[in-house]
Amino acid sequence: MPHPRDPHIPGDSSPYAVDRRRFVGYVLGGATLVAAADLVLADTSPAAAEIPTAPQPAELYDLNDMLTDAARPTANLVTVTINEDGTASFELPRAEVGQGITTSTAMLIAEELDLPVDRVRVTLAPARPELLFNQLTGGSNTTIATYTPIRVAAAVARAALLDAAAIVLGDTVAGLVAKGGVITARNGSSVTYGELAVKAAGSAGGRAVQVELKSEAEFSVIGTPTNRVDALAAVTGQKDFTTDLDVPDALPTMVCRAPTLNGTPVSVRNQTQVEAMPGVTHVAQVSTGVAVRAATFGQCIDAVRALEVAWKDGPVAGESDATILRKVRAAQLPMPRLPDTPLAQTVSGDFTFWFRSNSPMDTNSAVADVRPDGATIWAGLKSPIVAQQRIAEKLGMSQDKVKVNVVTAGGSFGRRLFFDGALEAAEISQAMGAPVKLMWHRADDARVGRTHPMGTCRVQATVLGTNVLAFNQSLTCVETDFRHGLGEIITAAAADLPAGVGNLGFAETIFALTQEVPYDFGAVTQTLVETDDRFNTGSMRNIYSPDVRVASELVVDKLAAKMRMDPYQFRRKFQRNERLLAVLDTVAQAGEWGRPMPAGTAQGIAIHKEYKGVSACLVEIDTRPATTGRQVRDAVTGPRVTRVTFAIDVGLAINPRGLEAQMQGGINDGIALALTSSLHLRDGHFLEASWDNYFYTRQWNTPPDVRVIVVPSEEKVPGGAGEAGVAATFAAVACAYARATGTMPTQFPINHDQLSFEPKSFVPPIPQSPVNGLELTS
Amino acid sequence: MPEQTFIVNGERVTVDVEDDVRLLWVLRDLLGITGPKYGCGINVCKACTSHVNGKAFNPCAVPVGSLGSDDEITTIEGLPGEVAEQQRGANGLHPMQEAWLERDVVQCGYCQPGQIMAAVALVNRVKAEGRQVTDADLDTIRNICRCGTYTRIREAIRDGAARM
Repeated sequence: MPHPRDPHIPGDSSPYAVDRRRFVGYVLGGATLVAAADLVLADTSPAAAEIPTAPQPAELYDLNDMLTDAARPTANLVTVTINEDGTASFELPRAEVGQGITTSTAMLIAEELDLPVDRVRVTLAPARPELLFNQLTGGSNTTIATYTPIRVAAAVARAALLDAAAIVLGDTVAGLVAKGGVITARNGSSVTYGELAVKAAGSAGGRAVQVELKSEAEFSVIGTPTNRVDALAAVTGQKDFTTDLDVPDALPTMVCRAPTLNGTPVSVRNQTQVEAMPGVTHVAQVSTGVAVRAATFGQCIDAVRALEVAWKDGPVAGESDATILRKVRAAQLPMPRLPDTPLAQTVSGDFTFWFRSNSPMDTNSAVADVRPDGATIWAGLKSPIVAQQRIAEKLGMSQDKVKVNVVTAGGSFGRRLFFDGALEAAEISQAMGAPVKLMWHRADDARVGRTHPMGTCRVQATVLGTNVLAFNQSLTCVETDFRHGLGEIITAAAADLPAGVGNLGFAETIFALTQEVPYDFGAVTQTLVETDDRFNTGSMRNIYSPDVRVASELVVDKLAAKMRMDPYQFRRKFQRNERLLAVLDTVAQAGEWGRPMPAGTAQGIAIHKEYKGVSACLVEIDTRPATTGRQVRDAVTGPRVTRVTFAIDVGLAINPRGLEAQMQGGINDGIALALTSSLHLRDGHFLEASWDNYFYTRQWNTPPDVRVIVVPSEEKVPGGAGEAGVAATFAAVACAYARATGTMPTQFPINHDQLSFEPKSFVPPIPQSPVNGLELTS
Repeated sequence: MPEQTFIVNGERVTVDVEDDVRLLWVLRDLLGITGPKYGCGINVCKACTSHVNGKAFNPCAVPVGSLGSDDEITTIEGLPGEVAEQQRGANGLHPMQEAWLERDVVQCGYCQPGQIMAAVALVNRVKAEGRQVTDADLDTIRNICRCGTYTRIREAIRDGAARM
């Protein structure tokens, strides 16, 4: 059995951590100053290694502990470079997809370096295979895992700059003051970081330096609301995404896909005619369909629509929502036995969650330039090392011949854990013998892209008087695909996992490490059963938690009703976590819990705990006919969430403004999951092909009144932000809807049974662009 | 191949391409103007929203051949040019872009050029009607943001309107 780790003992968690604030880094040889730290350095709270019977696994050792620990066996450096123009640069081995990690990373470096944030340049590192498990962006883990090593590298750079300045200025290091990228001596003379960049450079071989990080009390950047470092580029159209890259000869490329999900091409009947179409340069049959390359994407669309292809049906041909639900129901295990007490009463719930899409705005896309002796790939990738390995396999090349560049992506929501577009682009470029800029059509991204699996969630609770004796919850769903390499992390980390957790399969592990019932409900059991691996699934923002929390919190409201208690007071009474109690009280006060509401409108309240943080959400919903009957062209209106009060204690908030933004986004996700957004499977394919088919929250759905409160935290280290806003919001909306209508919904989104659009064609697989744009100016 | 002539961001351009190719691809693939983004190609998501002769439109739904040589296209790259120099802000940008920066609206940023172009057109329209931007006006915006930045978009549009 592994022993509990204690980071305070030098050499235990890492040979480079001396104590909580003192660490060892390196000055490396280079043209200018290059300071380095080991990416495995961690300052997270020690995770207990044994599980007592009562608390659930995630309370003692959660997914973030595992992701952080998985990195420990690697010994690899991240480097901060000081440039002659006085800026610092850093290659972040993670993917920026909108969550704001380039900004928070720049803040960490600025803090330790005493340099303004706008003089820190953070770019994304290409695939670095030597980092093994340490280049995966997921589980909202980036800041948790990199908080210490990045600051250590910056502190080493600062120390080296001070050493060099002492010589230049003829003073001792103790007499120097570093501020704003300038070091000033006692006699008033000064020198800039830029002037020192070369002088401070290390000699070949490098040297170890012990540094002391700033204390929380000394922070002037960390914790200060800061605007995004990439905002100016974004609002001027200068921020480049994959399809904006200008790679020589990488012409627009699209794929004609089968009419059934994951169907495969057999033959092309009119290849010669399509090759002769305007702009078209290549047509090639590949494993996923028939690819066309042309001078413009418009000509690709024309060519895809013109292709006549014989297809082999995909593995779910003929299946629909109803048939898959039957399979899921058939896979359900009996619920665990409840305590056998004569006076006890059972409260239960049984909920269905339909397929949902994690498609971002920026569709699956990749640039690939595959040549006989090597390949270069550009794409938004959250697991670039695995992508590199799989692409090399596909191309029949060794891994070192494949260079994989990570491009800033236009959203992820879990989608970019997979590299479907990059793999496909590489195959196409090899087949055509030419560089390609592959872009999935929106219809492809919605229909063939990754989904959050359909599932059911059953809850049974036993009530005796004013106590809950037991709470059982069982999630059964279509398999969630974790084959992007998280599996490898788990394999590597398995030996370190607490007893009982390491033996679970990887989906079971993720489930066990993320889920808990944050109430004192006696004997708590949560189980996961997965079935059916034929779909393109993956982790969608917050993975299992949104569905699990909705089922829990709806039953919590039923329990409160059973005990004739107010939902807020019930949650207070059964709360066992002080931080959760604080956020719960915060939203109840700020959101005016219990204020009089007209019939057909109501409040709902819910909580969540994950990513080292806690959150609570209070919403108000309007289900009156005047609201649900609003007419908006090609849209779903329905009930409207009119007000949201959301509180989060994330631990140390690096950038409160970015944290608030992530909660605002999560709120809109939660609303969509509750009320409007799902995929419909019919006859072997998903029907949705447009943003007017897949009803993510739009302006006419979004709450006009949103307030996010970042609660001051006692925690000294940061938690995760990117996914933390979804679960509590989804649950609060579901609870509010149940209270407003007097009926507890049993499926989500609530509108799934009503198909609110006319499905687009499957042959051809993508719609033609309209021509009436000049008649629709506004 | 036909020659297509129009004005983009104040400059007259001529491109050799078929009449039916939609303007979005002419801008992005042939002229290298990548501010207008692709999000659907069917005038739904509005990520490509730009201006034609001062009004919002979606170049994914306009065959390039339907433009006249004096039609003026403005993309996000040319938006500051729609206002006089003294109206531009601290970053030399259109007041709406400046409001966007101050409110830190952007998350991934992909839809944001289109959001800003739509916002400017909305405010111009509302101002022409001699009134203030209302919640009902904001509810009519069809531009989708999958990051869910709607709250800050609404704040920034009101802020930008006050600056315009």
